[in-house]
Amino acid sequence: MTGATASFGRRADVGGALASLGGIIRSILAFVVVVLLIAIVWEAAKWLGGGIWREAFGIVLDPPHMPPLRITQLNDTNLPHVWEVVGALFEPATRRSEFSLFAVLLDAALFTWRGAAIGFALGAAIGLGLAILFVHSRLLERALVPYVIASQTIPIIALAPMVVLWVGRDWPSVAIISAYLTFFPVTIAGIRGLKSPDPRALELMRSYAADWKSVLWKVRLPAALPYLFTALKISATASIVGAIVAEAPTGIAGGLGRAIIQFNQQFTSGPEKLWATAFICAALGIAFFGLVRLAEMIVLRNRQREVEA
Amino acid sequence: MIDRLRYYLPTLAVFVGGIVLWEGAVRALEIQRFLLPPPSDIAAALVTNRDLLMAAGLTTLIEAVGGFAIGLTGGLVVAFATSRFALARGALMPFAIAANAIPIIAFAPIANAWFGVTSPVSKMMIVAMLVFFPVMINTVRGLTSADAASLELMRSYAASEREVLTRVRIPNALPYFFTAIKVGATLSLIGAIVGEYFGGATVALGRIIVESASFLRFAQAWSAIIVAAALGIGFYLIIIGIERVAMPWHASMRGQT
Amino acid sequence: MSGTNSVVAIRDLGKTFGNEGSQTVALSGINLTIQPGEFVSLIGPSGCGKSTLLRIIGDLTGPTTGTVEVNGKPAARARTDRDYGMVFQAPVLFDWRTIEANVALPLEIIDMPRARRVQRIAEMLSLVELSDFARHHPWQLSGGMQQRAAIARALAFEPRLLLMDEPFGALDEMTRERMNTELLRIWEQTGTTIVFVTHSIPEAVFLSSRVVVMSARPGRITKVIEVGLPRPRSDETRELEPYFELITEVRESLKAGGHGSDAGTIADEPLEALQ
Repeated sequence: MTGATASFGRRADVGGALASLGGIIRSILAFVVVVLLIAIVWEAAKWLGGGIWREAFGIVLDPPHMPPLRITQLNDTNLPHVWEVVGALFEPATRRSEFSLFAVLLDAALFTWRGAAIGFALGAAIGLGLAILFVHSRLLERALVPYVIASQTIPIIALAPMVVLWVGRDWPSVAIISAYLTFFPVTIAGIRGLKSPDPRALELMRSYAADWKSVLWKVRLPAALPYLFTALKISATASIVGAIVAEAPTGIAGGLGRAIIQFNQQFTSGPEKLWATAFICAALGIAFFGLVRLAEMIVLRNRQREVEA
Repeated sequence: MIDRLRYYLPTLAVFVGGIVLWEGAVRALEIQRFLLPPPSDIAAALVTNRDLLMAAGLTTLIEAVGGFAIGLTGGLVVAFATSRFALARGALMPFAIAANAIPIIAFAPIANAWFGVTSPVSKMMIVAMLVFFPVMINTVRGLTSADAASLELMRSYAASEREVLTRVRIPNALPYFFTAIKVGATLSLIGAIVGEYFGGATVALGRIIVESASFLRFAQAWSAIIVAAALGIGFYLIIIGIERVAMPWHASMRGQT
Repeated sequence: MSGTNSVVAIRDLGKTFGNEGSQTVALSGINLTIQPGEFVSLIGPSGCGKSTLLRIIGDLTGPTTGTVEVNGKPAARARTDRDYGMVFQAPVLFDWRTIEANVALPLEIIDMPRARRVQRIAEMLSLVELSDFARHHPWQLSGGMQQRAAIARALAFEPRLLLMDEPFGALDEMTRERMNTELLRIWEQTGTTIVFVTHSIPEAVFLSSRVVVMSARPGRITKVIEVGLPRPRSDETRELEPYFELITEVRESLKAGGHGSDAGTIADEPLEALQ
């Protein structure tokens, strides 16, 4: 029948609304390509300005390659070879350990993720609750929103030890600190989203003499979902950061924060381990983000376009 | 002027009320002072250490602003370069969105190793990474989300790509850009302090917080935290001020809804 | 037939949307010539392709078959030579520019010197009677005023041809009648050729020298009706006997051409989004 109808409205950008499976696959492929490109640039930089290359991917280079430039940041201590970092994952975590670094880091990642996920859920609930409160009370909104914004200017890394002192050295502290970073984007996006419905839709509900709970459930919340998901993706990242920040200064054992501290201390003898830890942290962040993105695509599958924060 | 004051009255009331409640609760419930210092102790610490705090604040602020500038420039350059070519955009946007999900704190020790633990440059690099991705992502979104009707209008004028860029895409991107740098402003202070946590010059806010906390001198730690928060708020307000000037059309529109 | 000094010459035009799977024939066998200074309306049911035809004349999309010449050149060259101005249904003004800056837009693009530009903008704004609102922003103006600003902008570089796609569609009846009178005044003052797409039969009859009635999809020209009403036209014209007769004639032709299969709005007609 009719061809596709484009309307005069906002266009979603290429990287944005990926509703189709093809889009997801293309996205992942693009990501992989860029990662490979980075690895190539990484080694190319070392080829030009790093330390002496005696071997590459396990193959001995005879004669060894001497890079023309010498840049400190590119030497083998600061920027180990890609294969050394990957290799370190399969070697024992420490001299005395019987587990591979990968196993240890995976374990730590799951520990961190548990605290982060609980904090994420907690923060999202608090954030949404505050948003609902503010939408229904102009006074409270005016009084408290500046503090909500100001709360994020307090360096959470400073509050972490205090929280741990009060609550204890385990995942509850991690979750609380995670929640602190998570609730803010959800509150702000929630306010915008809950206020976003067409005034005419609200008037319609008024004509039905609907009470505020119905209006919330039937009109405001559905309208707020796209905004909330945009915020939740940011919060996913923030919750992981919060969890690591909670663990690092306080020495909570078992998580990635502790691993960063530990391998930082061993940097000069084994930089690959710190790099490997950093990459596992990155993977965790991306994985959690991807999970929320997936949830967004399912929940919002019938909607039109991605909403900007 | 009076109207402005009346508008912010609830906010001020909460502030004053909060302080009073805090002070009262600590005294009345006899909570260990070192666990949760009352506002009076913190105020005292602020006054006692004001010279140290000002110097430390300056160090941290320089790291934050320097990193912000680097991340902002980098983000803008890459955004303009990639928004031009749909292919580059298709490849880089998913990557940038994913990279934005990386906890930068994981790379803080590496930055310290690369640029020197005591050098402010290492902290600037951490901040730059924190600021780069939101700026790049939001600017690309802003540049590519121009109204289809406006683009058709420009086509009817046979306008060149460069003209479409300057007359349509860039003005359209400004709100997105400001959203990103508002986030970046607060992040940059935090990023600098987190970087300092892993090591740095002693006269810096992050290090003062860490050392005070480790000696359980929480009032002192809080005084440094407050300075950090104040700097972050100040930076944020400056950006809002710039936004009002750069986009009077947008801000005043918001006032009407 | 098509003289060499015709403003628009369309021969055997056809337009098909879609690909092998599903195709929509929007236009078929269109032949039309428009002489300088004419006011020609295109009217037809929803989905008949009238907007598409206008956009083809403006080189915003291309024909599948047939040719279009504007001012004796292919439509694409006419566009790059900036031979025409266009007014869309939505005003498409830039929020971040004042009214006078909006009108300045095409003049900036053609690099008109500043002094001349300022003078031109003032002329245009007084022509559409918006001089007092030069420094305002679009959202501060009503819909009708925004459209007047869009018309001022379209006329700014004195095009020989003005293409208008239901510019008054979003306005109420009384504002619309007033805008019609305004538009005729502007037309008489500038002597531009106008091609005007509309849904409204009274509007088409009131404004035009000729009304082109189009059929339902696939769009063909059912009939071209000469409108011999005396000029200048005014509110009195709307009470003349011939006016009502012409309206009836147009209505009958529309019925003969069939109604659209989908009742709906202009958005039914496929528009190609640009990069």
